[in-house]
Amino acid sequence: MGVEGIGARVTRKEDKRFLTGKGRYTDDMNVPGMKHAYFIRSPHAHARIKGIDMAAAKAMPGVIGILEGKQLKADGIGNLICGWMIHSKDGSPMKMGAWRPLADDTVRYVGDAVAVVVADSLAQARDAAEAVVVDYDVLPAVISSVDTLKPGAPQLHPEAASNLIFDWEIGDGAAADAAIASAAHVTEMEIVNNRLAPNPMEPRAALGIYDEAEDHYTCYTTSQNPHVARLVMSAFYNVAPEHKLRVIAPDVGGGFGSKIYIYPEEIVCLWASKKTGVPVKWTADRTEAFLSDAHGRDHVTKVKMAFDKDHRITGLKVDTIANLGAYMSLFSSVTPTYLHATLFSGQYVIPAIHANVRAVYTNTSPVDAYRGAGRPEATYVLERLMETAARELGVSPAELRRRNFINSFPYQTPVILTYDAGDYAASLDAAMKAADWDGFAARRAESEKRGMKRGIGMSCYIEACGIAPSAAVGSLGAGVGLWESAEVRVNAVGTIEILTGSHSHGQGHETTFAQLVSDRLGVPMDSVSIVHGDTDKVQMGMGTYGSRSGAVGMSAIVKAMEKVEAKAKKIAAHLMEADEADIVIEGGTLKVAGTDKSLPWFQVALAAYTAHNLPAGMEPGLKEGAFYDPSNFTFPAGCYICEVEVDPETGKTEIQQFVAADDFGNIINPMIVEGQVHGGIAQGVGQALLEGVHYDTTTGQLLTASYMDYAMPRADDLPSFKLSHQCTPAPSNPLGIKGCGEAGAIGSPPAVINAITDAIGNNNLTMPATPEKVWAALNAAR
Amino acid sequence: MTKVTLTVNGRTVSGDCEDRTLLVHFIRENLALTGTHVGCDTNQCGACVVHMDGKSVKSCSILAVQASGSTITTIEGLAQNGEMHPVQAAFKENHGLQCGFCTPGMVMTAVDMIERHGCKLTEEEVRAGLEGNICRCTGYHNIVKSVLSAADQMAANRQAAE
Repeated sequence: MGVEGIGARVTRKEDKRFLTGKGRYTDDMNVPGMKHAYFIRSPHAHARIKGIDMAAAKAMPGVIGILEGKQLKADGIGNLICGWMIHSKDGSPMKMGAWRPLADDTVRYVGDAVAVVVADSLAQARDAAEAVVVDYDVLPAVISSVDTLKPGAPQLHPEAASNLIFDWEIGDGAAADAAIASAAHVTEMEIVNNRLAPNPMEPRAALGIYDEAEDHYTCYTTSQNPHVARLVMSAFYNVAPEHKLRVIAPDVGGGFGSKIYIYPEEIVCLWASKKTGVPVKWTADRTEAFLSDAHGRDHVTKVKMAFDKDHRITGLKVDTIANLGAYMSLFSSVTPTYLHATLFSGQYVIPAIHANVRAVYTNTSPVDAYRGAGRPEATYVLERLMETAARELGVSPAELRRRNFINSFPYQTPVILTYDAGDYAASLDAAMKAADWDGFAARRAESEKRGMKRGIGMSCYIEACGIAPSAAVGSLGAGVGLWESAEVRVNAVGTIEILTGSHSHGQGHETTFAQLVSDRLGVPMDSVSIVHGDTDKVQMGMGTYGSRSGAVGMSAIVKAMEKVEAKAKKIAAHLMEADEADIVIEGGTLKVAGTDKSLPWFQVALAAYTAHNLPAGMEPGLKEGAFYDPSNFTFPAGCYICEVEVDPETGKTEIQQFVAADDFGNIINPMIVEGQVHGGIAQGVGQALLEGVHYDTTTGQLLTASYMDYAMPRADDLPSFKLSHQCTPAPSNPLGIKGCGEAGAIGSPPAVINAITDAIGNNNLTMPATPEKVWAALNAAR
Repeated sequence: MTKVTLTVNGRTVSGDCEDRTLLVHFIRENLALTGTHVGCDTNQCGACVVHMDGKSVKSCSILAVQASGSTITTIEGLAQNGEMHPVQAAFKENHGLQCGFCTPGMVMTAVDMIERHGCKLTEEEVRAGLEGNICRCTGYHNIVKSVLSAADQMAANRQAAE
């Protein structure tokens, strides 16, 4: 590896602009004549709109226009949709209720957008919004996913009887039942996965610009996948045809899944720009973000795991209710099904698995994929089960896991996936060594002397990433393919522009992708630039989520690079009168192997463009594109160990150490990968200890709608983390990359809770394990 | 409308704004310095931290008119003669940023923290000192590392200057 090549800890090319205040985020964009939008949102969780009186508001200073849902409907703007079809076990399709970008008849959660004010300044738009009177007929609301299925519960959508969206299953129910019936031991639990707010630090924003002369729209927005946004806004929402709609996602300040989806606000800003004749910008404040960004998780699960007398797992039966909120968000249906229940084999040989998932509507914000998306929920269920089973069986949790590990590959699970590579014992061993597992008893004794309760817990996770083979996801109901595109443009002077359909919103693609090119050609990274996030520049792409930018996005770059390199070799062979097969590219030159003949890369590029002396019949230029469709998911896996100390007086948990041992396959930039793990762990620890979205269960008011009420992990809530990396390269992509974006958030919550329950001697604990809950659980156990 | 006059990054600037205008909005909108960010509306996240008369302040917690007459440094004014401040350099070297949105506030807070502590800081002090700055990407691990590294560098710079 060179100083800038694959495997090098290269500092990031994008850092300087962020560090000097020159980042360009959507809210930083200002265009001539631009006005400001403020959304009027429902203060009720469920209500009919009887009328909107905006006469007084329209006369207020600075107001350009106030637009409501009826106008939007009259202009033919379509319903928001869920893009992944799930069928219930009776064969019926999922029940998608109508989601209007501006509600015109019924509001279904606090924060549902009803109208938009456009004014000269944001302050004027807010003032006018105060003067708009919306007459609501308030209806009863239902918040809990369990209550919403009960007879007599308020009904949200006429399409969905009993608020049930689908009742889906996977695996062999009879086999799982039989395994449980004949088991030597059954571990049974009820597990709640708490609802979270994703909270990227940059709130969502949109700037809609309609050009009447060209009948063309431009949308700057906070998106993880601008091309998908353009496709969906064009094909389903009738905003504009694709060739008349440019979507730009400039610098985006974090996403974690919540910026995958196309929300009402960007649609409305584009439409409002045409209606009012001015560019319209909207930026969420943090309370709006809490109200209107798609939330994550919110599962209630009953589960049974069967063991034989040798402590081998014989069966698993899972029954989950997934709360999808008031409407079906773009990928809400796949998150609790194919991204969740297909992971129930974990790292273990489990001969019989059955999972049933019911998805339901409630009067809450829509729920969709959030960092990990279904896989954290599955891992939390499995890894709390394994720890609990070990305690019940009186065996070491490490040994119980080790005994059940999958050891040979490929391994076909009973729930669709085929694991292609892994070494789970290697990560377990590395984590236990790093955590000094054997020294725990002495540390616990030392804590006890100080009156503190010490506990240790582990979690062995697996995830399916690099989503995903298009034909496979298509057969499972996806409305899109999940390939990625790349274009390599070599300029006449040899500098290189890589156009990618992946989108960087913190992941450092400008660096990692340039490292890949630098490694292949031996040219300086500085001569490579990465272009992304603009539908006018990059033709098409599927974007960044599901830890797919390395495994899928970079593989597309490899494919395009191979084409460019092949052409460059032909040119070089021609110029040096050598055989094409003898040309090698290294150190920024094209060499004839075994001779001292060589040409610098830039000279070959120049020859491609001067076209004075090219092989017969060759087209001028050096530019190639590729689409890459993966042949399988990738399967990152690892072992996390958390050690905590609980103060029995207060119930406060302090993390003493956190160890992560991950197998991400091959790694391009270890520094960036470690950063991804750090951030993921913080989000997982946040879920375990601090974070939880809470609604008033009667009124449906969001009680955690600011950073005063929703506990984000802060620097003094966390320790420094101990990381290590094991490597079994992914066989399914040319780089052997598995992906690292979500592992931290997937592996850490069960490790934390297993540690706390170990410390307090009571397994009956839900996330977030606040001091109050831990104190109560500790005292209940006494 | 009230006229506000400030010295920002070494230049005297003035502009008219409503009395209710927050300093952060004056900086972002009137002065078009968009490096200072707004990440919340309850003075919690710290993305808007600037230096006012040499001390770090959340510019969303102060009215522009209150700040009139003061000297402000924003993230855009931290690098000198094209050379990044040691804290900026340390964030780059230690991968103390990912999406970059909290970064300007983190850096401005860190500069003030290091100076207040005479360049001597423990990990615990850094973590406590960053309590008012929220990052969702880094898990703080590399931010803490960056601040400690910058403190050492600034101490060395001081010693060399003495």
